[in-house]
Amino acid sequence: MARILLQSKSAAVNPLKSSQPLGAAFAFLGVDGAMPLFHGSQGCTSFALVLFVRHFKEAIPLQTTAMDEVATILGAADHLEEAILNLKNRTKPKLIGVCTTALVETRGEDCAGDIANIKLKHTQELAGTEVVLANTPDFDGAIEEGWARAVTAMIEGITRSGERARHPKKIAILPGCNLTVADVEHMRDMVESFGLKPVILPDISGSLDGTVPDRWVATTYGGTSVEDIRELGTAMQCIAIGEHMRRPAKALLGLTGVPYVLFQSLTGLQDTDRFVSLLSSISGAAVPARVRRRRAQLQDAMLDGHFHFGGKKIAIAAEPDQLFQLATFFAGLGSEIAAAVTTTDRSKILEKVPAVSVQIGDLGDLESLAVGADLLVTHSHGRQASERLRISLMRIGFPVFDRLGSQHKLAILYQGTRDLIFEVANIFQANQHAPTPEALDPLRNREISHERCSPPLAGQ
Amino acid sequence: MSSLSAKIKDAFDEPACDKNRGKDAKARKEGCSKSLTPGAAAGGCAFDGAKIVLQPITDVAHLVHAPLACEGNSWDNRGAVSSGPTLWRTSFTTDLTELDLVMGQGERKLFKAIREIKHTYAPPAIFVYSTCVTALIGDDIEAVCKRATEKFGLAVVPINAPGLAGSKNLGNKLAAEALLDHVIGTVEPDDPGPYDINILGEFNLSGEFWLVKPLLDRLGIRVRACIPGDARYRDIASAHRARAAMMVCSTALISLARKMEERWDIPFFEGSFYGISDTSQALRNLVRLLVRKGADPEILERTETLIAQQEAIAWKKLESYRQRLQGKRVLLNTGGVKSWSVVHALMEIGIEIVGTSVKKSTVQDKERIKQVLKHDKHMFESMAARELYAMLSEHRADIMLSGGRTQFIALKAKTPWLDINQERQHPYAGYDGMVELVRQIDLAIHNPIWSQVRQPAPWDCQPDLIGELPCTRNETAYLFDEFACATAHEC
Repeated sequence: MARILLQSKSAAVNPLKSSQPLGAAFAFLGVDGAMPLFHGSQGCTSFALVLFVRHFKEAIPLQTTAMDEVATILGAADHLEEAILNLKNRTKPKLIGVCTTALVETRGEDCAGDIANIKLKHTQELAGTEVVLANTPDFDGAIEEGWARAVTAMIEGITRSGERARHPKKIAILPGCNLTVADVEHMRDMVESFGLKPVILPDISGSLDGTVPDRWVATTYGGTSVEDIRELGTAMQCIAIGEHMRRPAKALLGLTGVPYVLFQSLTGLQDTDRFVSLLSSISGAAVPARVRRRRAQLQDAMLDGHFHFGGKKIAIAAEPDQLFQLATFFAGLGSEIAAAVTTTDRSKILEKVPAVSVQIGDLGDLESLAVGADLLVTHSHGRQASERLRISLMRIGFPVFDRLGSQHKLAILYQGTRDLIFEVANIFQANQHAPTPEALDPLRNREISHERCSPPLAGQ
Repeated sequence: MSSLSAKIKDAFDEPACDKNRGKDAKARKEGCSKSLTPGAAAGGCAFDGAKIVLQPITDVAHLVHAPLACEGNSWDNRGAVSSGPTLWRTSFTTDLTELDLVMGQGERKLFKAIREIKHTYAPPAIFVYSTCVTALIGDDIEAVCKRATEKFGLAVVPINAPGLAGSKNLGNKLAAEALLDHVIGTVEPDDPGPYDINILGEFNLSGEFWLVKPLLDRLGIRVRACIPGDARYRDIASAHRARAAMMVCSTALISLARKMEERWDIPFFEGSFYGISDTSQALRNLVRLLVRKGADPEILERTETLIAQQEAIAWKKLESYRQRLQGKRVLLNTGGVKSWSVVHALMEIGIEIVGTSVKKSTVQDKERIKQVLKHDKHMFESMAARELYAMLSEHRADIMLSGGRTQFIALKAKTPWLDINQERQHPYAGYDGMVELVRQIDLAIHNPIWSQVRQPAPWDCQPDLIGELPCTRNETAYLFDEFACATAHEC
């Protein structure tokens, strides 16, 4: 069990985190016709917007209540009301997802009360538009928590409550924020190949997959429909992916009685086997031949790839569930997790990370812990540490702003695990150093410390 | 907050700003920040503006006193370049947690953070930025900075520009105020000379100031301080000993230029390094100011010789693009066209300007636009995303030059686009920069993707083809059909 080391520094150096409201907006962006709205000063929105755009290379719908000094002192309910009405009139969204920020939460505003009043006062004007609130102060949590709070808010605010007649083929899927567009697309195909009908919330594969629409749309185009969110209660089964999705899955269970199964990760042979077995047993269908084929390909990739993984020291910095996903992947192929850094101590998954300890911290921590590692694994902001340490960086997570196509990288199920093995093995092969007499000199090697020969991982 | 509001008032009363002078007393009192419409606002906050101006100072540790978002969502995101120190790209924030806020530990955490940075990185200075939340809870960053300066023996500079104070532009001005109050004039240079100048408002984006600096070197002019691009703390601290200054990005730092003239008698002019004639004019103005302040007048002639040489080379290079770019229509959609000589140079080689935004332009700017473009129907205040998309998708322009904000409107309308704002990848300053800009326009317009991406899918184009199987025909005929389908659609 990994020890969780809390942050003791006062100055965070090179933040690993992106903020919680950004995570919430990200989830709202997975809904069709959505417009996320930050309740705070315009800078909060501007920074998040720029970061989204740098990552997705897309126009991102995101608006602000534009709180100024007066609103900060006297209260910002008017700004919230004006923003919601303006958005409704100008962009006619099906969903306005309000994400609070540190500014409004530090003031202690009753945003839920404000929104209830606004809905009451403007029932007719707001007809056809859901307004949902996620309380997401920046001083707490990070992307994962913001994402989970937004999904929970949508379920609690939109999904029709009560036990409903269940559709035997309908599966509700709640993917975590570490799944890419490609992951979601691939998962849908997999589920459909069993004759099941998945409803995915949020579905970024419909909205953030980079397409060219034939007209200008101010909101998201594509993603989960509001109607599908309303009807989630008719699903036979809910599948949540990532520990952070337990809360929305529980909310759905509480509201509609739809039972859930939670997968902490869908990367790796065994986790995929469990997932596929579940689909098979829900649907009563045999595992299709092409899925079996993918499994065999993964087996082969593991056989071919494991030479490159064994004994390698990997330094990972990621949000808790993604850290778990990647650390178990690397450990499962014989690598050692030399450094594990994450954003928040709130997640139950952290103690399961196959590392001696997990540091709550930033990329400054990663940089000092990763000395001597063979590979850095984090988002694009790890590039400076990678340059200074001269260790290759595998870019993963959010934000990835200096490489194209991060959303189309697959990392789950048989095929994604296979691709991931190839990617890592290729990074190692591209950076291989030919042996030199000096490096191999047995006498010289005895004089320097024996850091290279690390003990095998405990528990293996 | 009272000192902050006094600063803001002061920042909005700018005698050197034409737009400001054109207002009556009441309008001037209201300042130049327009009030924002909730739900329909765009752009950064005052903190953003302050950080933009100061962060390119390369050897300073920039510490943001805030919960995560202010720094965590925004660091390492600009294209300024350093020729040496890298500390400015390391991000520091107090990352305040709920507990810090509830327990009122903000100031103490800030002080400790300063100490950690001093011990680990030993920078010449630490800039401490206040933000919305730390302003709201009343953390006194000025007092903390004062104490830290005394205790640690290095400059700890408070930057009091919380986001809620206003716009990005206001933040630019507040950053300038902080430099005037705490930095400039605090170090006496041991080598002042008659050819020392300051460049204000040059950010060295994509290293573009390095396209200009060799020209100044050739003339024997020394850049005492370029604020902020590729600057060192000591350069800025001793900037008050320069003999003349050039103001590059006028809205951002005009108050800095004016106040440096008042305090230290450093004359300045507003100029631009974008475009050929503006670059030449900037060099001329610089040496004239230096001569006025006592430099040897022989420099004037050397400058003219250099200008003549460089202009000739640049025009010759540009001429080679005329054939390819003649008659191409450019839409300029940027805050305010910073240099009319860019437009002039584009028109000189036969490019047509089909529209320009005048949102941030002054009255005089607008007059110049009318003269240059012959009539004013090409001017627009600002264009809604939908209208812009319509204009571009109807091919009423061959390329849009703008900032990242409207990038995807152009790209989704399948129209060539070139970034001319802060995230751009290419240096456009000086003579070579102008040639580079034209080269990039050429590359963008003539990229072979445009004809491909504008092509509808063949099955949407001639439905009667769908039934026919390609294997029933010979390959050439099939390809010919595809081609015919393409041209038919274009007509």
